[in-house]
Amino acid sequence: MIRRHVSATVNGDPVEFLSHPGATLLDALRDELSLTGSKEGCGSGDCGACSVIVDGRLICSCLMLAAEAEGRRIQTIEGMADGSALHPLQQKFLDHAALQCGFCTPGILMAAKALLEANPEPTETETRYWLAGNLCRCTGYDKIVRAVMDAAAEMRQVRV
Amino acid sequence: MSDVLERPADSPLKVVGTRPIRPDGVDKVTGAATFGADFSMPGMLVGKIKRSPHAHARIVSIETKRARAVAGVKAIVTAADFPDLASEEYEGGESASNLRDLSLNCMARGKALYDGHAVAAVAATTAAAADEALELIEVTYEVLPHVIDVEEAMSHDAPVLHAHLFTEGLETRPETPSNIAQKNELARGDLAAGFAAADVVMEGRYTTAAVHQGYIEPHACVAAFAPDGQCQVWSSSQGQFMVRTYCAKVLGLEASNIRVTPAEIGGGFGGKTTVYLEPLALALSRQSGAPVKMVMSREEVFRATGPTSGAVMEVTLGATADGRITAADVVLKYQAGAFPGSPVGAGSMTALACYDIENFHITGYDVVTNSPKVAAYRAPGAPISAFAVESAIDELALKLCMDPIALREKNAVRDGVKAAYGPTYRNIGYVETLEAIRDHPHYRAPIGPNQGRGVAVGFWFNIGGESTAAVHVNEDGSAVVVTGNPDIGGSRVSMAMMAAEVLGLPIEKVRPIVADTASIGFSMLTGGSRTTFATGMAVTQAARKIVADLKQRAAGIWSVAAEAVEWKDGAAHCLDPAKADAQPLSLAALAARSARTGGPITAEVSLTAQGAGPGFAAHICDVEVDPETGHVTILRYTAAQDVGRAIHPAYVEGQIQGGVAQGIGWALNEEYVFDRLGRMENAGFLDYRVPVASDLPMIEPIIVEVANPRHPFGAKGVGEAPIVPPLAAVANAVRRAIGVRMTDLPLSPPKIRAVIDAR
Amino acid sequence: MPRVVAIGSAARAFTGGAGEIEVEASTVAQMIAVLESRFPGFGDHVERRMAIAIDGEIHQDADGAILNPHSEVYLFPRIGGG
Repeated sequence: MIRRHVSATVNGDPVEFLSHPGATLLDALRDELSLTGSKEGCGSGDCGACSVIVDGRLICSCLMLAAEAEGRRIQTIEGMADGSALHPLQQKFLDHAALQCGFCTPGILMAAKALLEANPEPTETETRYWLAGNLCRCTGYDKIVRAVMDAAAEMRQVRV
Repeated sequence: MSDVLERPADSPLKVVGTRPIRPDGVDKVTGAATFGADFSMPGMLVGKIKRSPHAHARIVSIETKRARAVAGVKAIVTAADFPDLASEEYEGGESASNLRDLSLNCMARGKALYDGHAVAAVAATTAAAADEALELIEVTYEVLPHVIDVEEAMSHDAPVLHAHLFTEGLETRPETPSNIAQKNELARGDLAAGFAAADVVMEGRYTTAAVHQGYIEPHACVAAFAPDGQCQVWSSSQGQFMVRTYCAKVLGLEASNIRVTPAEIGGGFGGKTTVYLEPLALALSRQSGAPVKMVMSREEVFRATGPTSGAVMEVTLGATADGRITAADVVLKYQAGAFPGSPVGAGSMTALACYDIENFHITGYDVVTNSPKVAAYRAPGAPISAFAVESAIDELALKLCMDPIALREKNAVRDGVKAAYGPTYRNIGYVETLEAIRDHPHYRAPIGPNQGRGVAVGFWFNIGGESTAAVHVNEDGSAVVVTGNPDIGGSRVSMAMMAAEVLGLPIEKVRPIVADTASIGFSMLTGGSRTTFATGMAVTQAARKIVADLKQRAAGIWSVAAEAVEWKDGAAHCLDPAKADAQPLSLAALAARSARTGGPITAEVSLTAQGAGPGFAAHICDVEVDPETGHVTILRYTAAQDVGRAIHPAYVEGQIQGGVAQGIGWALNEEYVFDRLGRMENAGFLDYRVPVASDLPMIEPIIVEVANPRHPFGAKGVGEAPIVPPLAAVANAVRRAIGVRMTDLPLSPPKIRAVIDAR
Repeated sequence: MPRVVAIGSAARAFTGGAGEIEVEASTVAQMIAVLESRFPGFGDHVERRMAIAIDGEIHQDADGAILNPHSEVYLFPRIGGG
């Protein structure tokens, strides 16, 4: 089977890779680009551990074919920090102990980032419904929600 | 070496009890942390498993010739490539495993015992080649009738899974094989007299379904079998030493030839206290001469790794009109899955652990079924029996018109009371947890229409076990703490905190490392709520040895007696009045002179920790039931638990919140659904419905601290007790909301609708 | 002499139903040896499959643990966690 050449932008940098016909974007990120921060928890778009942002839209990378990434701008967890400066969400997750095993954390952070870009002042309910596509089995979501709302508050202050 | 608390009462702790950021946190929030599937080795092959599509079948033949011809296929293994082990009990994990059963579960021999049971494995250069080879492996099955329901499996005419399984624990050894692996009884006092003395008798029958631990990270490993027989395994597991032991036993290798490195682990909850992939990956690597990576799909995780038991239970309680329980009769029937070993023993021992009852009888049945072999799930066995007992206690409270907390207080175990499982309780904090919820504003908050409030309590033993810890002082006066326990929920930061406390260093100067099997002495796996207790004990003792060493070196430098040196605030202080001008020597100063004062400053401690303190928990749950849809909303949840001492309160809170969330899922939505052919119908997160963020409110933990005098900082285990009460807390709340007792979990909307419609 | 109480029918199957046994021993290892000689197979069962509570404190794999003359000793099935 012929592999397809794909060019895209990942975390601001141009990338190229060869994708297998049935490979997903998640497979390409992990296996071709060695960006293993996005995780496979289910392979069927139900757990959100593979969440990335493509052309500004939050998606499950296990549901996009690698070939569909052609020409697109992709943001993954590896691009969330600005060099060595953590994103406020990342810092708040640490401050609030909003992670235990850490496996769902990259996906949840990407989803939270997309939330705050769409809605800088989410209520607790809005936060919970937005994150409903990201499963966490360790934390019960309590500290995650607190961290996201605290980060939102801090980011609003900085903007002002 | 004493491990009892020895600190002046007025000297406050500086690090233990605070909330520092975990040192592995940055890697986790930036995606840099390496989990099982993130690891690669050069020349690595992809390993995949062929699984039985039948719930019960004889394997007549396996033909691999056509599969071997696929380009890129480098190895194929079946049971023929594994030693045929004799039945042998072996301590590899936490409790004795039967090695033969473990081996047969990893790779079927002669019989497939559940849909998803591994029958062959393949390693190839690409996933596509591996998949093609799997398709071409020809397995001929003779399909047999199967049985999954526990009572059906117990009946005389049930299909028998194992021809050589005869029920243990009966008065006379039976002559025909059975699916009942064991019957066990626990009894005290005179049951008949107890019921005769009762004014009120409550009977109930309760059922639960099999549920999965639901860790988001599927099992994953990379294994390399070198030509000289040296094996390396990189694995997501709860215990690298357990993986080493099991691989050695299952493959007939020497443990000393296997080095297992623990990957970061994406959840376990007991489900990763055993092996499924590692022996297969090693066997494939041996045959192919290349490293092999194996990662399960989500479907494989559900179909072929242990959920916990589904169960049928009967509880009869007798009590006098003033609420004193005089008798309890409990029967527990637990599914074990394909091989014996359900947690019915622990379920039996914990069922009445919160109650001071003179007369009781508990019968437990361990029953094999054509479903995946059950694995440990957070306080294994206890949530299930607690669901039954706590529901029955709640019915008793209603019948007696008694407040449910008051009823429990009246029958509460305390220090000096004999536990239902035997020994006398000491230093327990159960009553304190009842008081904590009784006095909490949640308990007095108003309840609206279609709403109900449920109370339930729970107990878990917590264990000790073997742990090794090493502490090394670096030349700059910082320290490294090395242990052998994978960090599932933040334990490594607690190790660093305990060492920092003893050494008198700020937490930032202490780095915790989780080492592989060749780099640290033996440690029992992470589970049983043991790590902060047992490994923490080893860490603390190692740090104390360092302090003793440092004092000795300082004494030498000052030429004073060792007793004239005090270690305080991270430095040696001279107490000898003759040396009034001796300046304190910091850890850094002593470290800089280590070569001249005796060599590197290190200490290692190995121990078997005894005296683990049990965990008691008391929960309040408010629900609202939508009468139109049957949907249950959790409105509010408060969970009190005695943890002895919270080393890192944020992670203690996290354990409580996480256990509660799993318990809520267990109560409301989670269950294995099997079709009529015995295949799981909902083997994915869409239809196996775990709680999501919008299902839950904030969960309020109340940390109760009744110190365990056997731990240097008073810690008791915390991780497991939180999952024990929620099943009944939710069910009791639903009972109060809709006025009908629901006894069959999960309380999914169609069941609630049916009850409301019939009301 | 410590009074040893065996919990659970699996253990009592070894002791012929006896729940309470007087054992002359000052350590757990000695106790196991005495139990094995009196009830063949039981000492081994205790060592591998049971936990021991001495005066309320739970021990597993504690051969050297001390038993005092008035120690309350309970034997019950080993527990595994998750």
